[in-house]
Amino acid sequence: MNRCSFVLNGAPVTVTAMPMRRLLDVLREDLGATGSKEGCGEGECGACTVRIDGEAVNSCLIPVCQVEGARVQTVEGLAQDGRLHPVQQAFLVHGGAQCGICTPGFVVAAAALLDGNPHPTPAEVREALAGNLCRCTGYQKIIDAVVAALAPEAPAAGGAV
Amino acid sequence: MTMISSAAPVLQPRTVAEAVDLRTRHPEAVVIAGGTDIMVYLESGTLNPPAFLNLRGVAALRGVERDGDGGVRIGALTTHTDLIRSPLLAAYPALTEACRTVGAVQIQNRGTLGGNIVNASPAGDTLPVLLALDAEFLLTGPAGTRTVPAAAFWTGYRRMDLARDELLTAVLLPAPHPDDRAHFRKVGTRQAQSISKVVLGARLRLTGGVVSEARVAFGSVGPVPLRCPRTEEALIGAALSGADLSADLAAALAAALAADIAPIDDVRSTAAYRRAVALRTLQGFLASC
Repeated sequence: MNRCSFVLNGAPVTVTAMPMRRLLDVLREDLGATGSKEGCGEGECGACTVRIDGEAVNSCLIPVCQVEGARVQTVEGLAQDGRLHPVQQAFLVHGGAQCGICTPGFVVAAAALLDGNPHPTPAEVREALAGNLCRCTGYQKIIDAVVAALAPEAPAAGGAV
Repeated sequence: MTMISSAAPVLQPRTVAEAVDLRTRHPEAVVIAGGTDIMVYLESGTLNPPAFLNLRGVAALRGVERDGDGGVRIGALTTHTDLIRSPLLAAYPALTEACRTVGAVQIQNRGTLGGNIVNASPAGDTLPVLLALDAEFLLTGPAGTRTVPAAAFWTGYRRMDLARDELLTAVLLPAPHPDDRAHFRKVGTRQAQSISKVVLGARLRLTGGVVSEARVAFGSVGPVPLRCPRTEEALIGAALSGADLSADLAAALAAALAADIAPIDDVRSTAAYRRAVALRTLQGFLASC
């Protein structure tokens, strides 16, 4: 067992875990942050998407020893001061979720896109979300939600890690 | 599904020298870089080594720099996203296009070029492009560093010219030639997250509209990513004008390619489909020249 310290949603945390333990398991089981979901467990579905130092990654493919000193953001860290992230608000308004298990991964991946590229084209939105699978919505409402989150009247994106 | 509980220790070098030293002393350790393949093997239970060697902390292995005669040197730990964003890679669009088809953004942010090379999958997306660009690999071990051309690196299914005490540290790409046209084409079930059925990397040097140098490389059509020497030979001297190929050249290319590749039937596709599509992807490239 090793000690590993990182910053989770702005707060420093230290865990004692086997170094190859998956970040996803550390988040869900050791730290109680159950927003990140496990779908496939092999990097195909994106349900476990979190941000490490700002970049969207699959937390099922990250051994915890590789996040020492890093900034990790999960879906729990998107809302700020009780206010939803613009992407979350847009998913709510546009019905971008049905069963919901893929939703945390989608909103984290979309938030990562918008921080790096505030005005993506619809094609760029589709490319950025291509690693997130949804078996309910057919994707159109999800794309609509992310595109809507970019609209000029949308509140400025917050929650950057 | 949360079955990963490997208690194996993880060696954590910070410098290339430390990494090589640990590799030499722990040849039984499995090297992990971005983890996008290793973690899948670990979860599936196909991997249970006594130790891991984590290269993520070796900052000197990550990044792109200009090299010697106008080429570039790419650190083995450079991620696909790093390559897509690198201004130095703008001169090698076939490689950055290949990087954009590796998994999806989450995988590209983590997976590394060196990992794609030493995972040694015949379907590795970047590998035919590395062959087409005449890439060279730097392998560092206790006796120093040696250079191996990509074309000589993969020696059999998941086998490569890499000793147990060596690490792949960098990839060298020669300077792009102004008369060269390079091409990447992947055929899979969808644009993202698919493992290729056929993947093409090719480069032609056109001198006055005539092919003076040819590289044609495919993945997923044999046990290794492979060059197609007969096809390359058949292309030398061909006049490409964007119009249809002459019937003689088209027939010669089809015969040469059929002899160069050795696809199989598997879960992703059939040998017959792969043969037909490999030829079509090559014809498509030639028609665009």
